[in-house]
Amino acid sequence: MQKAHDLKEYREELRESLDNDFLRTTLDNFAVAYRAGRANAFKGIDVKGLIGEIAASKDAAAADFDRLYAEFKANAEAAGVHVHFAHDADEANKIITKIARDAECKKIVKSKSMTAEEILLNHDLEAAGIEVTETDLGEWIIQLRHEGPSHMVMPAIHLSRFQVGDLFTEVTGKKQDTEIEKLVKVARRELRSKYIEADMGISGANFAIAETGGIGIVTNEGNARLVTTLPRVHVALMGIDKLLPTLHDALRILKVLPRNATGQQITSYVTWITGANECLAAEDGKKEIHYVFLDNGRSELVKDPLFSQVNRCVRCGACANVCPVYRLVGGHKMGHIYIGAIGLILTYFFHGKEKAKNLVQNCINCEACKDVCAGGIDLPRLIKTIHARIMEEDGHPLPSVLLGQVLRNRKLFHGLLRAAKWGQRPVAEKDGFIRHLPMIFSKEHSFRALPTIAEKPFRDWWQQNAPRVENPKYRVALFSGCVQDFVYPEQMQSAVRLFEAEGVSMDYPMGQTCCGLPVQMMGEMKASHDVAAQNLAAFDPSKYDYIITLCASCAAHLKHNYPKLVMGKPSLKLRADDFSAKIMDYSSFVNDVLKVKADEFKGSGGKATYHAPCHLCRGLDVHEAPRELLAKAGKEYVPCAEEEVCCGFGGTFSMKFPELSAELLRKKLDNVEATGASELYTDCPGCIMQLRGGLKRRGSSIKVRHVAELLDDSKKK
Amino acid sequence: MSSQESISQRFKEKAELVSATVVAIANEDEAIAYVVDLCDRKEACQLLVSGCDLAVSDKAGDLCDEKQRKVIAAPGLKPELYKKLATKAKKAGFECINSGLRDKLAGLDIGFTVAEYGIADTGTLMIDCPSEDLRLATMVSEFHVCMLSASKIRANTYAVEKMMLTRMKNTPDYLAFVTGASRTADIERVLALGVHGPLELHILLLED
Repeated sequence: MQKAHDLKEYREELRESLDNDFLRTTLDNFAVAYRAGRANAFKGIDVKGLIGEIAASKDAAAADFDRLYAEFKANAEAAGVHVHFAHDADEANKIITKIARDAECKKIVKSKSMTAEEILLNHDLEAAGIEVTETDLGEWIIQLRHEGPSHMVMPAIHLSRFQVGDLFTEVTGKKQDTEIEKLVKVARRELRSKYIEADMGISGANFAIAETGGIGIVTNEGNARLVTTLPRVHVALMGIDKLLPTLHDALRILKVLPRNATGQQITSYVTWITGANECLAAEDGKKEIHYVFLDNGRSELVKDPLFSQVNRCVRCGACANVCPVYRLVGGHKMGHIYIGAIGLILTYFFHGKEKAKNLVQNCINCEACKDVCAGGIDLPRLIKTIHARIMEEDGHPLPSVLLGQVLRNRKLFHGLLRAAKWGQRPVAEKDGFIRHLPMIFSKEHSFRALPTIAEKPFRDWWQQNAPRVENPKYRVALFSGCVQDFVYPEQMQSAVRLFEAEGVSMDYPMGQTCCGLPVQMMGEMKASHDVAAQNLAAFDPSKYDYIITLCASCAAHLKHNYPKLVMGKPSLKLRADDFSAKIMDYSSFVNDVLKVKADEFKGSGGKATYHAPCHLCRGLDVHEAPRELLAKAGKEYVPCAEEEVCCGFGGTFSMKFPELSAELLRKKLDNVEATGASELYTDCPGCIMQLRGGLKRRGSSIKVRHVAELLDDSKKK
Repeated sequence: MSSQESISQRFKEKAELVSATVVAIANEDEAIAYVVDLCDRKEACQLLVSGCDLAVSDKAGDLCDEKQRKVIAAPGLKPELYKKLATKAKKAGFECINSGLRDKLAGLDIGFTVAEYGIADTGTLMIDCPSEDLRLATMVSEFHVCMLSASKIRANTYAVEKMMLTRMKNTPDYLAFVTGASRTADIERVLALGVHGPLELHILLLED
């Protein structure tokens, strides 16, 4: 639940979570176990293909909603079921309360339903004098504690056995053990008596199948089966997004949902209910069944060209499972009712701007969620777009406006960077770090040292040193990005020397500027668009075989976001498509295109490990190339635990949430140090800034370098 | 190995991975013997597992008093098979019922049912149970024993889709995929079996 009024209060809440050792350990263990469990559950399955099929089938279902709903309703009614449509939360609550009143129901047992959480159904029922008992163990626990869920699938993951033990002591009036096995059995007994007394059962539904007029429910505990069997009335509440044309569509989702949610190949129970079933507690021996479909903004969402993909969500919760920020702060701080990446988005649409405005800033843009989403939803992009929309409505904060204005004017931006070189003189150390942070940084930023601005930017060096390559094998353009232009020009220089030796001719268009990702991260879409247009003007893609960048974040942004940014301008769109098709990262170019061989390098030896930048491994789907290059350059590559997990930089994220950035960096560096390697390589200057700065603060001797620097040093001359 | 044998082998492996006990039997008589024997071996106070000695509230504790003898519920069996089971169970001193399960919600020791199909990919049983008694036998029993013909095992859910649709279109219908015992990991992500449904699932694979 979101209560913070502004970012400051939100950050205070985050700090509470960071101090919760139990939560941190639990979520750490879960994150690591989940990754292995999911991989194992999907063994031998074409996951991407399956996700693509689900996305297509959900999109088609949404587009055909009116017809499918009519078909579902006709089939369900023919089988004796009542079907209701609620336009919003309030209407749904009224419908269900009325059903309970009309059927004279006093006690309700409920199985897990996120949709019921969305509309706060229990509040309304309880206000009508009806007793409601949640029967899913986790939901029952949080109901007794008057809390919201902290995970969509494991709602009580934030609680320890001791807290549950104390709670059950209070509920039963008997002192409880803290053995989990026993606590579960106590719940079994307590809840069994609730089923017996209840006259109405409320469930959710994972699938509503038009061709049969029936529903499917996916569960592990078996409580949904009792809820839908024992009481004489059954109400199933579901979002209109649950409607599918055929059973086959449901079976397809069932292949991904449990594997993505918990790493199970299938849940213990999948229950398919079609029609008013036998119920011996009812007077006529038939159960009274009501299906309530909830719109609550969903049909509007489906009409939006960008946000329609939200409809593909199957509520597996995987986006939280892999989110490095969720792992640090837990679900109560990473959502309002819906949790995780999709939670940030749904909060905006279902619960409004006020609840969402802080949350949507808390995305580090590592794309881990996008990579696992069962519906292939581009979650980070939607989060950024909502952030931008909120700023359009509420006004832009000053630092964000300034950055946007500065970046749109390349000469001003570069002029400021050059001026910074002089300004830093009094605090610059010989080792390339600033001695102490400038006043604009608060002490939360002291977890890493910051680098100095280079004496000579790459663009100046290039004008004096650009090599001429006769009869080139390839013609490429170089895109340096700001960090390698002004902070780490030596990384670019390394690449230039290797490319020259390999017979690659190079061009460095001087009109290039920041790729625009930092402003896009801050929601400054106008600035992001303008900067993209400047870069597209600077590069003529037809002149080059490839456009190479050594920065993974720039590469992913140029490749994937540019065509989307200029979508509205047909003339630029074609240019952006050509441009994006030629973008390639350094390691892929050197390993897969130039195909350098080990005998070109002198084996320098030594143990080296690797950090996979988010925008390289997920953004560009590059995994093997850099690791193969380490081996070719003669290094003994030692894999690092959680190598593809974010280092915590996230561009402007680390400025906004330094305490989260520091924690992510701490985990990363602990893992790096555990490898025993003396060198750490990566493919992104932003990561290098973060990793070097953190190791410097630790006093570690581990060297952090770009893969390009290694190859340049090791190349036989 | 024939393809049906390898499918059957895969089913067994997958079911065992989710803590089901899978036993090959040659005929239905062996199934009956298994059920009666299992009931006999099962803890005398079947409420032990569901909390008889636990610190439950007084109201929940009252459920204990409703439960005296061991009970086997076997709704949905062919009449002659049920008759054989009932005779054997009675001889062993157990109550055997095939209806009125709603009166036994304090706990049944064993629910004995027959699955229509098996799904090898996930070790899943497909049980069509529009009858309330049959449904309850798979839900409220402490041990669920389910007989499955090896010849009725199919590779995956798509391969039983047509059979599911036939049943769903003959409304009303209540159809279940059952895979392993009832489970939860809601407290500290520690796996615990038997939170609401059966604590154990035994699959008797009938080699036909």
